[in-house]
Amino acid sequence: MTENSTPTSSQLRWTEFTVEALIRVLGFSTIGFVLLIFFFLLREGVPVFLEVPPGNLFGTRWYPTFDLFGTLPLILGSALVTVTAIAIALPLGVATAVFIREVAPNWAREILKPVIEVLAGIPSVVLGFLGMTLIAPLIRETLGAPTGLTAFTGALILAYMALPTIISVAEDALDAVPKSYRDAGLAMGATQWQTIWRVVVPAARSGIVTAVMLGMGRAIGETMAVMMVTGNAARMPLTLDSLFRPIRTMTATIAAEMGEVAQGSTHYHALFGIGIILFLLTFLINLAAASVMFKKRRRGGLR
Amino acid sequence: MSHNQNHPKIRIENVSYAYDGKPALHDVTLDVPANAITVFFGPAGGGKTTLLRLINRLNDLVEGTQMSGRVLLDGQDIYAPGTDVPGLRRRVGMVFALPLPLPGTIRENVVYGPKLAGERDQTRLEEIVVRSLTQAALWDEVKDRLDSPASALSGGQQQRLCIARSLALSPEVLLLDEPTSGLDPISTGKVEESLFELKQQYTIVIVPHSIQQAARVADYAAFFLMGDLIEYRPGTEIFTAPRDQRTEDYVTGRFG
Amino acid sequence: MNRYLTQHVGFILLGLSTLLVVVPILVVVGAIVVWGAGAISWEFLTAMPRGGMKAGGIFPAIVGTLLLTLGTAVAAIPVGIGGAIYLAEYARDTWLTRAIRLAIVNLAGIPSVVYGLFGLGLFVLFLGLGTSILAGSLTLAIMTLPIIISTAEESLRAVPTEFRTVSASLGGTRWQGIRNIVLPQATPGIITGVILGLLRAAGETAPILFTVAAFFLPRLPRSPLEQTMALPYHLYVISTQVPGMPLEIKYGTALVLLVLVLSMNVVATVIRSYFRRRRQW
Repeated sequence: MTENSTPTSSQLRWTEFTVEALIRVLGFSTIGFVLLIFFFLLREGVPVFLEVPPGNLFGTRWYPTFDLFGTLPLILGSALVTVTAIAIALPLGVATAVFIREVAPNWAREILKPVIEVLAGIPSVVLGFLGMTLIAPLIRETLGAPTGLTAFTGALILAYMALPTIISVAEDALDAVPKSYRDAGLAMGATQWQTIWRVVVPAARSGIVTAVMLGMGRAIGETMAVMMVTGNAARMPLTLDSLFRPIRTMTATIAAEMGEVAQGSTHYHALFGIGIILFLLTFLINLAAASVMFKKRRRGGLR
Repeated sequence: MSHNQNHPKIRIENVSYAYDGKPALHDVTLDVPANAITVFFGPAGGGKTTLLRLINRLNDLVEGTQMSGRVLLDGQDIYAPGTDVPGLRRRVGMVFALPLPLPGTIRENVVYGPKLAGERDQTRLEEIVVRSLTQAALWDEVKDRLDSPASALSGGQQQRLCIARSLALSPEVLLLDEPTSGLDPISTGKVEESLFELKQQYTIVIVPHSIQQAARVADYAAFFLMGDLIEYRPGTEIFTAPRDQRTEDYVTGRFG
Repeated sequence: MNRYLTQHVGFILLGLSTLLVVVPILVVVGAIVVWGAGAISWEFLTAMPRGGMKAGGIFPAIVGTLLLTLGTAVAAIPVGIGGAIYLAEYARDTWLTRAIRLAIVNLAGIPSVVYGLFGLGLFVLFLGLGTSILAGSLTLAIMTLPIIISTAEESLRAVPTEFRTVSASLGGTRWQGIRNIVLPQATPGIITGVILGLLRAAGETAPILFTVAAFFLPRLPRSPLEQTMALPYHLYVISTQVPGMPLEIKYGTALVLLVLVLSMNVVATVIRSYFRRRRQW
């Protein structure tokens, strides 16, 4: 375009058309990426379901060198660690969210929130490292166990990794409870404590459920920290003391073994197979969490 | 429906309009004359603002609407397929109920439209700034601080800036949607005065924020009630001797 | 009066829970700072590792992480911002838009190690990029997309609708309004989102395990098609794979990684709060 010329309307329309087409493509790309991810997991993982009989695949022993690909101990390992982590993080997270939102004075809130944000920013490998060097010895000594690398150690670290998500979503949920609810509770002569537990928290229940689901999704998918502190023994966690014994999760299995397998081998396909299970599992959890959030967020109007 | 001139600038022909199936205008037909102030008035929800926004197709931005009928500008249907909508909006300017300066300086606000239209020549842009601010009766107040943020101006100054911003494009038609609703009486007076100046050059359509204002500025006035055009006549007649009972009730303050 | 005693005890319990959350965070950060500070020296930051990584510095790991972050930025920023503009400015409420939102939620939830598998399957093997900075950056980029898109969309939506209407009323096309008014106003928020996404990428280990990370490579990469060391992976390696590694080096590496990530976090927070205060609307 020269100095003084004005763009003709056709030029403008052409720019508009190109830009809009480009942005449309970028917008749709996310769908493409999800499909691509799923496709490549299937492509590399489905063969295992053909190569290994289901009895073996869902058996109780994972010894790839002996062609035993029982994923059950890994699935249960992930489940044990995740459930324990949530059992720790849920009460702690909700209590903290309630404290920050309902009890703490403003100045305390100003300090607490950034500290919790710092936790969200710490890379998982750093937490894993600290779990190994600080927490594991502590657990070994208190339990008198041969090793501090146990399911519980992993759960503890996962709980702290899930806390920032749980706290911030729960806080938003508490925030969304109308002030009139609180006022009504107080006006009826209830103490602030009674109002919080009988009115505010129940009203924020769906948000808290969302928080738990998101925290769970994060915990199941967490890899590095878990791999570094759970001891990585693929055994069935069936006895009561399993929590304080080494365990192995699905994520840790992939991360630890993928580097050593021959591409195209059954073991390689099996690791992708675990990837498919993880993908579907987190997909379902996040779908459930999102369906709660989507309902609140219908839009229309001027644009 | 009476017609008061031989050459309508804008002709609205059997226009009906609905938002999400809720009707906002029923079969409205009227002609807007050039170089005069035409007023759309009536109680809230009557369809005045909707009709105003139809004249420069701002309602295109709203989802889920249905329209029938035609809107002609100089005899051309502005809803015909292939219409250059940005070009139309340069010919038909709009001033909103609240002063909405764009982020940036006073000068940036004024030259926003011309720049988008491709004007790059600094001298010409400078001329545009002086001319449009002068026409909007704001030049004397801001000439020394053209590069300060527009948001620092008072409400009345901001609204005149918005008028200047529209005038910068040298539109043929200026639409104003309750332009003085947020202003004090003195600022309102200034805006109205500038309108009287502007109508020599422009076709002005205004939704006034009060019936008094309607009566002060109207050359022609159209009374809207619940989506219907009830009466459309020269301002001097409609406010002193309304023909329709409903217009009379509204003008004399029995409802609204 | 008994009820108030309950309340009192209750509040104390809530406070204790909060301390139980906050104190370990401070201990963890404090431990890394205190024990890591001793390892930090000019040599540690700028020298190649020596003596089976037990001596020398971590320079190639630092550079590797910076290169990976840069590569992620180049790939993720245009796609992320474009996607956000689509959702905030163009998308109507159709099943397709809902599918996009679902895809973003899903992308955000996929475990990082699964991204690693995907990167291995698509970039390393199928596209033949090999284990390389390019493959690793692209894998990390897809992982950071949901963060960038969500925060950028939020800041675009925070720009008042009226600005778009005004721009249109002055003869602006939709894109002109976005480029001249909406994007500049949303930029601080978008930058914040980009930094938050990138800091996640910088700290991740699992996605780079099979796509780029080198166990030990005491030189700088020469092309995007080469492997590189990276800080998080290096920390993993020296804490689990190298027996007899001095504790100080581990803490030093953890400190460098933490400082990198947290300083990005601080920058993001400062940008956000600074512009929120200066905003004119």
